[in-house]
Amino acid sequence: MKVTLKVWRQKNAKTPGEFKTYPANHVSPDMSFLEMLDVVNQELILKGEEPIAFDHDCREGICGMCSLMINGIAHGKKAVTTCQLHMRSFNDGDTITIEPWRAKPFPILKDLVVDRTSFDRIIQAGGFISASTGSAPDGNSIPVAKPDADKAMDAAACIGCAACVAACPNGSAMLFTAAKVTHLGFLPQGQTERHQRAVNMIAVHDAEGFGNCTNIGECSAVCPKEISLDTISRLNRDIVVAALKGIEPTVETAAAQAS
Amino acid sequence: MSETKNETTTRTSVRQIEFVKGLDSGAPGGPIEQRWDTHRFQMKLVNPSNRRRYTVIVVGSGLAGGAAAATLGEQGYNVKCFCYQDSPRRAHSIAAQGGINAAKNYRNDGDSIYRLFYDTVKGGDFRARESNVYRLAQVSVNIIDQCVAQGVPFAREYGGYLDNRSFGGAQVSRTFYARGQTGQQLLLGAYQALERQIAAGSVKMFPRTEMLDIVVVDGYARGIITRDMVTGKIERHVADAVVLATGGYGNVFYLSTNAKGCNTTAIWRAHRRGAFFGNPCFTQIHPTCIPVTGDHQSKLTLMSESLRNDGRIWVPKKVGETRDPRQIPENERYYYLEERYPSFGNLVPRDVASRNAKQVCDEGRGVGPSGLGVYLDFSDSIKRLGKAKIVERYGNLFDMYAQITGENPYETPMRIYPAIHYTMGGLWVDYNLMSTIPGLFVAGEANFSDHGANRLGASALMQGLADGYFVLPYTIANFLAGIKPGGVDTNHAAFVEAEAEVNGRVKKFLSINGKRTVDDFHRELGKMMWDECGMARNEAGLKKALQRIPEIREEFWQNVRVPGEGNDLNQELEKAGRVADFLELGELMCVDALQRSESCGGHFREESQTADGEALRDDENFSYVSTWEYTGTLSKPELHKEPLAFEYVKPSQRSYK
Repeated sequence: MKVTLKVWRQKNAKTPGEFKTYPANHVSPDMSFLEMLDVVNQELILKGEEPIAFDHDCREGICGMCSLMINGIAHGKKAVTTCQLHMRSFNDGDTITIEPWRAKPFPILKDLVVDRTSFDRIIQAGGFISASTGSAPDGNSIPVAKPDADKAMDAAACIGCAACVAACPNGSAMLFTAAKVTHLGFLPQGQTERHQRAVNMIAVHDAEGFGNCTNIGECSAVCPKEISLDTISRLNRDIVVAALKGIEPTVETAAAQAS
Repeated sequence: MSETKNETTTRTSVRQIEFVKGLDSGAPGGPIEQRWDTHRFQMKLVNPSNRRRYTVIVVGSGLAGGAAAATLGEQGYNVKCFCYQDSPRRAHSIAAQGGINAAKNYRNDGDSIYRLFYDTVKGGDFRARESNVYRLAQVSVNIIDQCVAQGVPFAREYGGYLDNRSFGGAQVSRTFYARGQTGQQLLLGAYQALERQIAAGSVKMFPRTEMLDIVVVDGYARGIITRDMVTGKIERHVADAVVLATGGYGNVFYLSTNAKGCNTTAIWRAHRRGAFFGNPCFTQIHPTCIPVTGDHQSKLTLMSESLRNDGRIWVPKKVGETRDPRQIPENERYYYLEERYPSFGNLVPRDVASRNAKQVCDEGRGVGPSGLGVYLDFSDSIKRLGKAKIVERYGNLFDMYAQITGENPYETPMRIYPAIHYTMGGLWVDYNLMSTIPGLFVAGEANFSDHGANRLGASALMQGLADGYFVLPYTIANFLAGIKPGGVDTNHAAFVEAEAEVNGRVKKFLSINGKRTVDDFHRELGKMMWDECGMARNEAGLKKALQRIPEIREEFWQNVRVPGEGNDLNQELEKAGRVADFLELGELMCVDALQRSESCGGHFREESQTADGEALRDDENFSYVSTWEYTGTLSKPELHKEPLAFEYVKPSQRSYK
């Protein structure tokens, strides 16, 4: 099959970008979307042009490195990552528009590659259980009810790809943040730091420039791991409880440091 | 380059440890169950208030590197951690699906530390060091405790206790799991611990940064040269010890289950600077991967071998069968593993399962468009357990299969074929996980240590975390306690020289402007390696590869095309450096495979097999770790042998009949 690609090309964060059109003439329906881009890139290299830069790594839907807005949809299709999207999902002759994630906290580094380190900084604010190596009791000393363990696992499945942010009209990372808060909040081990965690993570979330959640649900709709909007309700509840308890953020945000 | 000047330049380096060049593992003697405890007590400690004066570089942020960096940070060392991905959370440990072994014996089914040790030595076909393996089995129990404390959402039973399953090659249920995403969850645990230390200021993280060389000063590993993959800036980093936890080198085969970025550069550059390479030809072929569909294929996708617990593997009895598998009656199906290995059936170790798949396909019974595939059929299990149970156990794997192939595995049998998955070989390390370069430690898949010639399922995660959480923090402290911090800065001639070499390579790649792409060379190398140094090897094939690989390499340096610039995000340039190193490593793997004329584990030499086609070891002549020294001439590495002694597990012909 043959398709036409309209691809966002941008040299770096400082240089303005533009769409460029490329034909992809040797496409097999069994190819993944990224393999199709590989083939186009091989042709570009041999023609003396710079290949299209895009992030990818495991190519099996788990590392969260690949991204791409494909025809306006994060990862191109419901509940997959771009690396698990196959060309059989398209028709011969289609024109496909490919853009990077667009959100203020994700500066474009080149072409389709963006900087997502703001996600790491949200985790640094409290997306962990403080259990230094060696301090653990026997793994079976604290039973965890199976439904709780299952719900924790549902939320922990987040791969940090940031499709949720790219899809959100507000550029909010609430689903990402809530997934971690929910994962740890469902486990007995996560209770000690539960409310401080939520408050701190949200403080950094906001300081990084992510928008607020207005319950649109685009995030969950495109999430490759189908993280539920319920996680955001849990996050909000933790924040309300924290407010009632008078828990304030204890993290220094870049914005706070600047002021 | 000002980062280390302050307190270090005036110090002279006083190195108190003795390093005997050679291959003494340094493992203590005495009863095996006491060795690690004895050794831990004998090792030196660093006073908590002195720890921040020591800098440790950790390259790689997967289970081994992430765990080591986090733990060393917790203990108060000054840690710098590097990864090529945009976040440490993406290291390829994340892709491990099935689970992690631990000798907890929570099932009361006869497991013990000794049995896990025994199974691992035997599963490795008697080519691993007993002392290391015993330690691995010992600390396995601590790993589970640690991960639970971190909030890893392991599967639970209704009573709230941890669930287990049995896993490839084991007759006890000792595998802990988090659905089909165990690697992801364990990695996120380590990643979160690491991020906590980054926030605390004890670890400085360098994502999108690739190590391109190590720096050796006066015989000691003292730093690394890196490239910022966004700006292209080449930088020098100095430390008192360097840890390489950079994973395996399966991508030498081009097609493997590894992530696209996985590479050998860190360990290969270290090898070229003096670190010996152990058992380079020991690679593992994973039996349950999705078959190749065409030339565009960029990687292979593994389906967890936990699928073999409930799936039955078969091929049609009739050669050239074309019917839909559901139309083939039971008596015309060949359940070859169940028939050939009645006691282990579909759960035979990976190498055995892989070779048998190759054999039935070579006989013409293979299925799917390429004829390189066998069926993995869940219809009996769905009948027995109900679809809901199968969804619970393998739901995400079935979804992944459906996405990739466009087929529904609940309705029609999966098709699977073996693929390169793991490399047991790696840099040689002693009992302290230190390489032949003092101060250079190697952990996880990057070292050669614990799996011998074949790794058992669910043992990679165990080894990565054992090394990172529970071994390196002790052995690095022991090393650091013997030296004074600092004493060298990045203006040292060795740093200047290493940086110049790295810059020279980058310039060279960009100046060749040939006619073939990096991927094109990589594919050619990969095919040669798969054909001649893959599932089965023989003398003629290896000799052919040894002739051809240097030719491919030579053409690469004359005719590769790397577009773009060095001071920019340039993915082709990144790949070029990695493939250049694979082109050197591939030759060493073939050299190693050729000298080891026995079969053992994943290394199957066609000349050495039993009457029923099983791998035939030659303990008299090959009971050693083949350890290679770089001599300056790629085709003439020097072989050193570390003899292996088996005091506890008597070598026997493996039999899974």
